[in-house]
Amino acid sequence: MSELSELYQQVILDHNKKPRNFRKIESPTHTAEGHNPLCGDQLTIYLDLVNDEVKDVSFEGSGCAISKASASMMTQAVKGKSKQQVEDLFKGFHLMVTDDSETPEELGNLRIFEGVREFPVRVKCATLPWHTLHAAINKEELVSTE
Amino acid sequence: MSERIVTAVDTVVSPPVEGPWNVERIRADFPVLHQKVNGKPLVYLDNGASSQVPQVVIDRGSVYIEQEHSNIHRGVHYLSQRATTAYEGAREKVKRFINARESRECIFVRGATEGINLVMHGYGRKFIDAGDEIIISAMEHHANIVPWQMLCEEKGARLRVIPMNDAGELLIDEYEGLLNERTKLVGVTHVSNALGTINPIKEMIAQAHKYGVPVLIDGAQSAPHMPVDVQDLDCDFYVFSGHKMYAPTGSGIIYGKAELLERMNPFQGGGDMIRTVTFEKTTYADLPNKLEAGTPAIASQIGLGAAIDYLNSIGRQEAAAYEAELLRYATERVSAIEGVRIIGTAKHKASVLSFVIDDIHPHDIGTILDQEGIAVRAGHHCAQPVMQRFNVPATARASFAFYNTKEEIDVLAQTIEKVIEIFS
Repeated sequence: MSELSELYQQVILDHNKKPRNFRKIESPTHTAEGHNPLCGDQLTIYLDLVNDEVKDVSFEGSGCAISKASASMMTQAVKGKSKQQVEDLFKGFHLMVTDDSETPEELGNLRIFEGVREFPVRVKCATLPWHTLHAAINKEELVSTE
Repeated sequence: MSERIVTAVDTVVSPPVEGPWNVERIRADFPVLHQKVNGKPLVYLDNGASSQVPQVVIDRGSVYIEQEHSNIHRGVHYLSQRATTAYEGAREKVKRFINARESRECIFVRGATEGINLVMHGYGRKFIDAGDEIIISAMEHHANIVPWQMLCEEKGARLRVIPMNDAGELLIDEYEGLLNERTKLVGVTHVSNALGTINPIKEMIAQAHKYGVPVLIDGAQSAPHMPVDVQDLDCDFYVFSGHKMYAPTGSGIIYGKAELLERMNPFQGGGDMIRTVTFEKTTYADLPNKLEAGTPAIASQIGLGAAIDYLNSIGRQEAAAYEAELLRYATERVSAIEGVRIIGTAKHKASVLSFVIDDIHPHDIGTILDQEGIAVRAGHHCAQPVMQRFNVPATARASFAFYNTKEEIDVLAQTIEKVIEIFS
């Protein structure tokens, strides 16, 4: 169960149970919906982007523990960041879960998702919130990781 | 090599098993079962998606590739004749397997999905028009929904859906209310892949026939698990996939009553389905060739014939009885776990145990079970309307075959408990 315990760490289980920023923003500047038809994950990202800075970010939806925890921790990680910093985090996160190279320090506590790379079918669960956020920032309304 | 040539034509299988079900002896026939996954013995409970292939079927496919590989129906040479004999021999086996009147009523397709699409294109597009109605059920696989939606969109026809109750049983009274003079086709699954429900199709077929309406039965989940007699059912079309019944992928059958198949348009045009071709006009071959354009999956379809021999050799009734006992035991074990809810509790069920656990997504259940070597399906099972009906995003599904054991079900139950513990 060693790889498994790396995937389902306490922090991830905690974010799954009590997702942070799990709410709707009433008049967001940006929003996008993400679907993973393979497992039925679906979430909506709400974003308040003011002068290219993330003033507020939240999400709603349903999904597996990995996608929910990823969304929850993502909202914490990107709040207060510039648009460019968010895009850098997205790239870094994506690389971390798909590539065997060393994970950059800048990802901070998002590094907890490194174990996902051992579970190729779950990569889409972890990256769905990030793809959806990326789409929201770039004004695409619907993404799918299928 | 002469001896191997004999085995090439008729698959040699073990004599029927006598006495109680000897599962260890059966398991010995399936090489894939004897491996470890993540360090644990493989517990294969995803038979509803694809079942495993016994050695005799693998061998039969190999004999074709090693000794007979050539095209069918068009060679005067020795290998082509042997391949044609084997291929048409498989069709004969299918005919007996489902008790069709004639082998030309058994059309080889690459699976149930292709079979339903063949009926949609060949029958539906020819005989269904604006204002007509097609009835399907609330528990259909996408394969028996989407082609009909496409047809309705094209023709301006209307799709009507037989509802089901909370146990996952079709409401037969409602079905009778849906039938009328506008109804042009009924498409219904024999056994639900997501719920396991066995539908009362014989009665449903008789109802439709009162209105002169042909009925297509999706047998993808029934052909592997119970004896099927298309004449007794009096169904007009019956479709199933080889890879769900111990044969290779790419094999499958659409059975149709000869008079219907004859009236239908061809599905695909090409080689093997014609009588004469000029640039002005083409005339079509007789059944079954009319509906089988191009070179088929010869090795796979011959494999389907060998799988039928295998099923007959182990005893289909006995296998079905053993599977029923497995399902009973699994239902008892899994439903006893606190927090687990079974989705699909019909009185008559086969082979499928779908379940959800409070606050744990099926995908997480699937990953954790996989780490313990247990293969289940987690998702919507290509039946999203069923998920919506039961208000769940997805389910975890264990689906059984006659080579599974009660010990494997114990491992499943223990691991589900472990999943709950991890998430507690």
